[in-house]
Amino acid sequence: MGKITFKLNGETRSILVEPNEVLLEVLRDKIGVKSPKCGCDSGDCGACTVIINGKTVRSCLILAIEVNGQDILTLEGISKHGLSPLQKALHERNVFQCGYCAPGMILSATELMLNIPHPTEHDIKEAIAGNLCRCTGYTPVIEAIIEVTKKV
Amino acid sequence: MEEYKYIGKSVVKVDGKEKVSGAALYTDDLEFGPNMLYAEIVEGPHAHAMILSIDTSEAEQVPDVIAVVTGKDFPYNFGLYMQDRYIFAQDRVRFFGEQIAAVVARTPQAAMKAAKLVKVKYSTLPKVLSPLDAIKEGADLIHPNLKNYQHVPWFFPKPDTNVAHHRKIRKGDVDKGFADADYILEDTYEVPRFSHCAIEFHAAVAKYDLSGRLTVWASSQSPHTQRNLFAAAFAPLGIKHNDVRVIAPHVGGGFGSKAGVTMEIIAAAIAIKVPGHPVKVLWNREREFYNTYQRLGVVTKLKIGVKNDGRITALKHDLYWDAGAYVEYGANVVNAVGLSAIGPYRVENASIDSFCIYTNLPPGGPYRGFGYSEFLFGLESHMTRIAKHLGIDDVEIRRRNAIKEGELTAYGAHMNPNGLLQAIDAVAKEIKWNEKLKSNDPNIAIGKGFSLFWKAPAMPPNASSSCFLKFNEDASINLLVSGMDLGQGFLTVMAQIAAEVLQVPTSKIRTENPDTDRNPYEWQTVASHITWGCGNAVRKAAIDARDQIFDLIVRTKYLPKDMLYMDDEKVKCKTDPKFEIKLKDFIINGIQMEDGTFKGGPIIGRGVFMPEFTSTNANPETSQGGHPNVHYTVGAAAVIIEVDKQTGKIKVKRIVEAIDAGKALNPSLVKGQIIGGVLQGLSTAIYEEMKFDHRGKMLNPNFTDYKIPTALDVPDEIVPIIIEVPQPDGPFGARGVGEHPMIPVAPMIANAIDDALGIRLNSMPLTAEKICLTMLERAKKEKK
Repeated sequence: MGKITFKLNGETRSILVEPNEVLLEVLRDKIGVKSPKCGCDSGDCGACTVIINGKTVRSCLILAIEVNGQDILTLEGISKHGLSPLQKALHERNVFQCGYCAPGMILSATELMLNIPHPTEHDIKEAIAGNLCRCTGYTPVIEAIIEVTKKV
Repeated sequence: MEEYKYIGKSVVKVDGKEKVSGAALYTDDLEFGPNMLYAEIVEGPHAHAMILSIDTSEAEQVPDVIAVVTGKDFPYNFGLYMQDRYIFAQDRVRFFGEQIAAVVARTPQAAMKAAKLVKVKYSTLPKVLSPLDAIKEGADLIHPNLKNYQHVPWFFPKPDTNVAHHRKIRKGDVDKGFADADYILEDTYEVPRFSHCAIEFHAAVAKYDLSGRLTVWASSQSPHTQRNLFAAAFAPLGIKHNDVRVIAPHVGGGFGSKAGVTMEIIAAAIAIKVPGHPVKVLWNREREFYNTYQRLGVVTKLKIGVKNDGRITALKHDLYWDAGAYVEYGANVVNAVGLSAIGPYRVENASIDSFCIYTNLPPGGPYRGFGYSEFLFGLESHMTRIAKHLGIDDVEIRRRNAIKEGELTAYGAHMNPNGLLQAIDAVAKEIKWNEKLKSNDPNIAIGKGFSLFWKAPAMPPNASSSCFLKFNEDASINLLVSGMDLGQGFLTVMAQIAAEVLQVPTSKIRTENPDTDRNPYEWQTVASHITWGCGNAVRKAAIDARDQIFDLIVRTKYLPKDMLYMDDEKVKCKTDPKFEIKLKDFIINGIQMEDGTFKGGPIIGRGVFMPEFTSTNANPETSQGGHPNVHYTVGAAAVIIEVDKQTGKIKVKRIVEAIDAGKALNPSLVKGQIIGGVLQGLSTAIYEEMKFDHRGKMLNPNFTDYKIPTALDVPDEIVPIIIEVPQPDGPFGARGVGEHPMIPVAPMIANAIDDALGIRLNSMPLTAEKICLTMLERAKKEKK
């Protein structure tokens, strides 16, 4: 066991972890942050996406000890300030169906919008191409992101 | 046309905020405290083998292991339509990866470690990996005990064979129909197995408490069916239905995979062995592929005779289904197709033989489309090929044969009102069917494809839905519905129905996924019946509540009942414009009379719906005489593709799909089903393929090797079109649309490839590799 200290959604957290524990397990099972989901456990599906220091990371592929001193954002960290314009657009347009991919998808889109405020359609597709969704057919997600980034 | 306030409006989803905020909790997100145990499954490494012995002694020694359970602990059969399934393998394994035993431990790590130490000795048996092999004379029997299995009365297993069910249609005179034909086309089509690929794994947590109460939290499309099957399986232990409680949190995608009962019964069974502990069973991505239902594979032999004008004179459709090791649910896919494999056409002379065949592959089961995608691949390919041969336009041949209201289905019942012709015309217009497209790039060929689709809910004739509607003090409502929201928007639409009847805004209606203790009975959320079936129950419950409200007003205000109406959370009266009373002023606490007494009391509505007109009673040799299906939902679709002649790669430029929703209760949700369903259909058409090796082991059980589309793979444009020819017995005229959108995609892509390149692919998926190889073959032949 080793102690790691990191920022999670703006709060400083210290926690004991085993050297082989992955970040996804620690977030979900030790801290109780449940929006990152497990959909493959091998980095294919993107449901476990979190943002570390401004960049999206698959939390199932990274060891918890690696986040010592880093700044982690999950969907809870965005939603605690109220829904973002992107979340509002996704909600109002009835975009998500089962919603299981939503946290990862929203974080990937959030990272995109931080880096490219006015992305092209191709930028958007590339940004969320690592987030698998079986329900929506992606088009409604893409259209919602276009709507929000045009307004900005 | 009647004006509605909530029906037909794109109301925002009632669970939408939960899902975009990260608040939505799925089964594996729930906390059960430090007393929870974890189970790990021991799997068989053979597709077909006798189990000689299981040695659990070493596994039991691992620290933190609480128990190791095997088939001996649970000698029960179970199954939805046929009880051919076991909680753990009994004397034999029938597919590669089947569960033999489970280890229960205080940590997942200990369970995993111990599971590897369970020693099982096998004696392998000959395996059968294809349906055509399985029906050969002398094929090894996968279920020697088939004749003793209980099953629904409309199944016809053939004892001492691998045929678990045979659905036959005999209508008219097929021989005469073919004799009358000017042209007959006969060919074979193959559709492989596919995986649902819901992003959430199957997950179940079960607790058998020290008083004998069994509670199961499961990612499920069918909480009430699970309760029923658990209670039935564990009846020998004295467990009754009211001892079992199934709670369904949000479900991260179903598509059929979470219907009926699969791995959830493992959690329930284990829990009974370790009373007092919650036990979690969590599948992983690999198991999602090889140990849940898979879509059945099928080989179809199709023969259609037509007159020179394209009118069908006879159809013969033989379907050999690869139903897998257990067919308790999959056999009904076979049955449903057996009843409907004429497609949405007027066919006076039809012969259908749909065979449910056991193989040593994972259990086949329900998958969005329930067999219709599979048989329509061949049938709609055939229609285009026939049109081409006769020189008739693709759209025209379909218009000429399209089934109309009142015409007879394959089993002799009358076709429901439908907008098939409107759908055909709307699609042809929107896709500019008559406009010929040509690429400027000599390496690119452009093709267009057309396809129709239909599908009926496949369900027992007494499949019921129900609803309780409870008013609260502020006139807000708790709507306790029986069905599940799997993402399709069911809860939202139910709220809209109650809102319309009671004129209470949807924002004041709380409706959540069911808990079998709290919510009334439902058969299952499958078959695209839930908007129709449960919608009717909700409408009845709302009308029941409204009746109680009006009766109270009559009793206390002496106004005529037929003049009362609901508006803006109030009761008003047509003949007394000054009268109005707010619901919140009496809905719980009643109305006070002059003498100080109160009349009324909490208003609670109740609604139940059973399709009382359906029946499976029919002649088993012909299937004539019954009314097994409630109605069909129909539609049409077309596609424009570009194919790279050198690589065979397909780029989908445009898809137009029209579906007759009867009444689109929430158009944005209907469009969501179309857009999502079209991509899922496209995925099975050109991307996905399950690969098995000679041992029957699945080779690609992960998203690296089994590709589903990403955002970069979507068609350039999908145009959803809603047609509304009301379903007379549907809530506000609605019928289901959930499964249908994916059905026409594979055949219309096959037809578009033919249009672009002049090659016909008869086996799915329609990969770039297959296109290339077929082109090369043709080039070789042309050289000779």
